Amino acid sequence: MSDEATIDYILRAENLTLRFGGVVSLRDVSVEMRRGEILAVIGPNGAGKTSLFNSLTGVYQPQEGTITFMARDGAPLSVIGKKAHQIAQAGVSRTFQASRLFNALSVFENIKIGAEDHRGIGLVGALVKGPGTRRGEHVSDNLVIELLEFVGLTSEANLIASQLSYGARRRLEIARALATNPEVILLDEPAAGTNPSEKLALAELIRRVRDERGVSVLLIEHDMKLVMSLAERLYVLNFGSVIAEGSPAEIRANPVVIDAYLGSSHEETSA
Amino acid sequence: MTILSLANLKRLAMILIVTAVIAIMTGAAGSSSAPPTTGIHGSFFERVSWFGLFTAPRWLLFFTLGVIVWLLVSLYRPRAQTIRRGAESFFALPRAVTSRRWARVTLMLVALAIVIVLPKFVHESFWMYLIVEQIGVWILLALGLNVVVGFAGLLDLGFAAFYAIGAYTTAWLTGALPAPALFHHPIPTLWVIPIGILAAMVFGVLLGTPTLRLRGDYLAIVTLGFALIIDDFVETQSGVTGGGVGSSPVPHPALDLGFYHFKWGLSPTPYYYLCLVFIVVFIIVFTSLEHSRIGRAWVAIREDEVAAESVGINPLKYKVMAFAVGAASGGFGGVMSAGLVGIINPSLFTYQVSVNVLVLVIFGGMGSIWGVALGAIVIQTATSYLDNYQPWGYQINDLYMYIGALLIVMMIFRPAGLLPSRRRAREFAEAKRGDDVHTDEVLTGDQP
Ligand SMILES: Nc1ncnc2c1ncn2[C@@H]1O[C@H](COP(=O)(O)OP(=O)(O)O)[C@@H](O)[C@H]1O
Ligand SMILES: [Mg+2]
Repeated sequence: MSDEATIDYILRAENLTLRFGGVVSLRDVSVEMRRGEILAVIGPNGAGKTSLFNSLTGVYQPQEGTITFMARDGAPLSVIGKKAHQIAQAGVSRTFQASRLFNALSVFENIKIGAEDHRGIGLVGALVKGPGTRRGEHVSDNLVIELLEFVGLTSEANLIASQLSYGARRRLEIARALATNPEVILLDEPAAGTNPSEKLALAELIRRVRDERGVSVLLIEHDMKLVMSLAERLYVLNFGSVIAEGSPAEIRANPVVIDAYLGSSHEETSA
Repeated sequence: MTILSLANLKRLAMILIVTAVIAIMTGAAGSSSAPPTTGIHGSFFERVSWFGLFTAPRWLLFFTLGVIVWLLVSLYRPRAQTIRRGAESFFALPRAVTSRRWARVTLMLVALAIVIVLPKFVHESFWMYLIVEQIGVWILLALGLNVVVGFAGLLDLGFAAFYAIGAYTTAWLTGALPAPALFHHPIPTLWVIPIGILAAMVFGVLLGTPTLRLRGDYLAIVTLGFALIIDDFVETQSGVTGGGVGSSPVPHPALDLGFYHFKWGLSPTPYYYLCLVFIVVFIIVFTSLEHSRIGRAWVAIREDEVAAESVGINPLKYKVMAFAVGAASGGFGGVMSAGLVGIINPSLFTYQVSVNVLVLVIFGGMGSIWGVALGAIVIQTATSYLDNYQPWGYQINDLYMYIGALLIVMMIFRPAGLLPSRRRAREFAEAKRGDDVHTDEVLTGDQP
């Protein structure tokens, strides 16, 4: 698999540069993600990790560089210039650092909104509720039930999203993102703010996302123990640039990383 | 806390100052029709009837009312908890009742029966006319704006534009405008209904596609601009629209099915039923939209647009849809109005109309179809009554002062509206939890 030509990439960002006025959030960043892997992006606060996610999902438009998404079947999609919803429909899904649920809706409805097909107009279908519409409802309801089970929220299905515990909220957000039937899912600090036992459960869940649902995972995470045990490969960002890439063992041993990140923010990560 | 504590006396002073301001605003000084000499003096010293019992100067009336309010507040504060809980359970009653399906269905059938037989009990055609023009049409407008504001969360300050489109399309196609009818061939008013609805929807798409990229305040300002443009256009383009004078009479609708003929004439009752049928249809359509995937997409956008996009929802598309769908009933309101009133002119479609419809939606409960319909009935009945009877020295000019006060009270005690939508009520509760302020502290300025 080491031969460059045979590696099956799913997402490839090349030479991304993203600026906000004078602030450079991403500087010539290139990231390649293989199909089926759990890849992590680490780096100190303000390094540009979330900016990278936002660029990959069409929320931000980098000034320079290219992003290509290779769907399992179908032509490669150039992400830059596309709207966030188009990228989501193409199969790239995500969660947010500060979870963004539909707080006045039930757990079930949150996932259902993700599961529904938002293409087309559907005005007539919504009014007449013909067999096509009903079949669609059936399919999305089944997916919701399946995902509730998958993330372990079945008994909370009818609660309002804002009533959930922190850990449950994070799992709900993952379920909602999975409901779009993505090929790759981007998780922005999914374990932030959760307690140690919730953290373990989340790590387990993320592994199952890849193993059982076959979704490639790109992960931002601060907890070193968690990320090193979960990820197969890591990128390290610092001040908007990639400073290292490699397996957990390589990263741990990399003097540049130790210098820039692991050493300096040790207190922060253990806090 | 005794009633004569310093804090409570301060409160009395505050209430009396507010009362004095109200006395001035509602009195001669606040009326454009009062003789200039009366002024503030008149507002206080004019003798008024005390509910028909005896007469006394106005200041005494307002002073007494102020003291009564103060006493009520003083009594209320120590029992605030209990009273608030009582009020909450009272307001929760409609929800508790309507959570049962059979109760909902029964209520709807009773309501339907009442509105069907209503014309039998309203003998004066003047009142029947008011019911159609001042309530029926406004329910249509409020239902339409509710889709835009309540479902999709878009603040539209120019909804009267769609109303005007419906009405002017009707006048145009029936040959009642200076501009020649399409193909120089006027068509019957009844046929204009689908065309008028469609025209308003198309206009909604045209108006929405460029503007709905804007968010929040910007959108509100742009829609306000559109309302002013439409208003100005119909006023000044007299060669096309008849200008300030308006159209020539729009022919009354007539139905000709070959075996069955019916003509809407001067009697308002047939219009009432026409309006009723369409209100029912729009309620059914909007309800099923609300519970469809489109309705859920609207909620998602309203709650968190970024999150909505992240699951593949195109916000622009759904916002434009909300505009078009809402425009449909607004447009029909216009057709209805043109058919009923006959002569339409710009004064029917002012900016004031847009604000008024928004008031109905906010008062009734944004996002709640039944709330909005009820809100329209309550406010429009009250204003029609006040305008026509002018009780207690009520002056028409003061209407918006009272409506403003009503909205303020509403926002403090029942921000989600008369019959709130379940989801909206939760959103308000969420927002409230964010910065927990209790209603009585807002009212009296005390900090917890
Ligand atoms: N929308 C924005 N506007 C301005 N600056 C931004 C914006 N988003 C991110 N940045 C800047 O980009 C830098 C990287 O931020 P971010 O990607 O959130 O870092 P991380 O997720 O690694 O903590 C920060 O300096 C931040 O201030
Ligand atoms: Mg971040």
